[in-house]
Amino acid sequence: MSDRERVLGRVRRALADVPEDDTPYERAVPRDYAREHGTRTVAETVELLAENLADYRAVVHRCAEAELPALLARLLVARGARKVLAPDGLPSAWLADADLVAVPDLAASTPYELDAVDSVVTGCAVAVAETGTLVLDGGPGQGRRRITLVPDHHICVVRVPEQVVASVPQALERLSPTRPLTWISGPSATSDIELDRVEGVHGPRTLEVVLAGVIPSVGGTGQADGTPASVGE
Amino acid sequence: MNETFVGMPAFPEAAREALDDTTLRGNLRHATHTIRAKRAATVAEVSDWAELREAGSRIKEHTLRHLDRYLEQLEESVTAAGGTVHWAADAAEANRIVTELVRETGESEVVKVKSMATQEIGLNEALEAAGIRAYETDLAELIVQLGEDRPSHILVPAIHRNRAEIRDIFRTAMAGWGRPAPEGLSDRPAELAEAARLHLREKFLRAKVGVSGANFMVAETGTMVVVESEGNGRMCLTLPETLISVVGIEKVVPTWRDLEVFLQTLPRSSTAERMNPYTSMWTGTTDGDGPRAFHLVLLDNGRTDTLADEVGRQALRCIRCSACLNVCPVYERAGGHAYGSVYPGPIGAILSPQLRGTASEIDVSLPYASSLCGACYEVCPVAIDIPEVLVRLRERVVEGGPAVREGNRVVLRPARGHAAERAAMRAARWTFTHPGALRTGQRLASRARRLRPRTLPGPGAAWTATRDLPEVPAEPFRDWWERTRGGKEETT
Repeated sequence: MSDRERVLGRVRRALADVPEDDTPYERAVPRDYAREHGTRTVAETVELLAENLADYRAVVHRCAEAELPALLARLLVARGARKVLAPDGLPSAWLADADLVAVPDLAASTPYELDAVDSVVTGCAVAVAETGTLVLDGGPGQGRRRITLVPDHHICVVRVPEQVVASVPQALERLSPTRPLTWISGPSATSDIELDRVEGVHGPRTLEVVLAGVIPSVGGTGQADGTPASVGE
Repeated sequence: MNETFVGMPAFPEAAREALDDTTLRGNLRHATHTIRAKRAATVAEVSDWAELREAGSRIKEHTLRHLDRYLEQLEESVTAAGGTVHWAADAAEANRIVTELVRETGESEVVKVKSMATQEIGLNEALEAAGIRAYETDLAELIVQLGEDRPSHILVPAIHRNRAEIRDIFRTAMAGWGRPAPEGLSDRPAELAEAARLHLREKFLRAKVGVSGANFMVAETGTMVVVESEGNGRMCLTLPETLISVVGIEKVVPTWRDLEVFLQTLPRSSTAERMNPYTSMWTGTTDGDGPRAFHLVLLDNGRTDTLADEVGRQALRCIRCSACLNVCPVYERAGGHAYGSVYPGPIGAILSPQLRGTASEIDVSLPYASSLCGACYEVCPVAIDIPEVLVRLRERVVEGGPAVREGNRVVLRPARGHAAERAAMRAARWTFTHPGALRTGQRLASRARRLRPRTLPGPGAAWTATRDLPEVPAEPFRDWWERTRGGKEETT
């Protein structure tokens, strides 16, 4: 008997006492937990994202889409970055103002070559406000998983408000499990030594996030842009 | 589970050693209290915690009740996505499969993501015996590996070590495993983390084979999920050409949507964060991104035996968050090593004796490694009634009865050594039903209180071995009451 048959046989015998139950899965589990925590305007959701990103020691910047090239150039100069990795699909205008050696994201690149890169600039698939999380799914402008891991400096551009959702359930709805997904909440960190949090163990030690787009004004409900609905719903 | 902790003394004996170690008690107290307070604050942030907990519990319960169906569905999904599924009934079979898979790559080293399942089966030792070196890459696991030590906490395996000890381990042992510790390494956590970064990076960059576990497996899609903080997980999961994941069969969940529950409850319960820094999800293999070959080894190793017990099976809901360790008064004082398995604390006390059976002295003692205070049940994000299972296991130890071992029905005999407990309870009953004797005894005790020993003789020694004997009051309560009529005399 193969181990497969052995294990499945044991499972079936172990469950002999369990009565037959054909309740469809959708009805077997109560889903009365919140789709999002609290009611926020679009502006407030973006603001919460910025706060939670900063709380996990990501450096947050904001600009209008047109200001992106100048801002990215400035951030890369401040970092002293020369070799910058730009994945396929990243709008070429974004890095047009920066003086750099553009490194393409190639399957043939070795991890050692990636280790010699100063900075990587990517977009993202979705950002989660309540948890301060960026999700990359390998789509245009995001590249392979390893490019946001091996270089020490990652700049991630989030288009606001359209790429922002309030909560984890809303993020999962937007994502496809068929793609490789990386969820990033702040830079790499450890608390293994006396529970003292230390940033930057193996991933990028510096994570900068640019919230790019028309930034809705912050405030309570009832303002010009402010429908009290979650962003992207 | 197999021989990882072979020769461990039973819990009371192991705990006693830990209790004499004041550094250990200090480290543990600091760590558990810090994380306990943080967890409570992060959980309070979400208004629907009770609903999330209920949903998580029901998802796991439903999955366990139809485990065969979901495992078959998972196998189909993973295979369709380009992965290969292997089944292992026990530790030996899982180790054999992984060793063979590594050999086929022609490599003699692997990088590892922190994984309870691979520790449970003693994979590193099995690979070592086959001439394959396994490098632990989680910082805490690295500390444990370099220190030739054992993990003592599910989430923070080196919780028993302080910064000075970690510096000494790095200075002494790093060179034997690769890049030596930097000159003049101090005990600052940031410097220690940097030393680990440099030491491990050379291994990540050259690695051809990665080994991991998984926090969740989605039957519907074949997606694997690994939740971590440092990025060592991402390194092992995405840089090598071959990825081998060894995962307990209880880690499967039915649907993609189920992750919305656990991605909210797991980080808040374990590290008390809104979200852990990195979560990786992959489904089979992806052209041009990540490993070219993906192998999933589905591990039983006592899980189906646990599933056979209608009370004890709820232990399989566990998502390994370790919240129960951090609130447990027994764990806080005894530390993780006393439990004699990779699963310490309250969850270990119910999981280990079920996975391994109660044939050994340590496994017989584990159901007693608890005060039954219920704090573990309160914090459990999947509502495992740990006290209920502990009582069930105590009953099994004392009374014996039917159980399943390695898939076969067996009848357990009562364990020896529980006669003293029954005798003590009989003595207590006699004393409480004879008030005169109780009164005389209490007065005698008060007068002789300067002669109070630190430990009790006879069967009472077991009690005082792990506790301080309370002070005897100057006057029995009954006498004080008669003299003061409840303190009125003193206040008026």
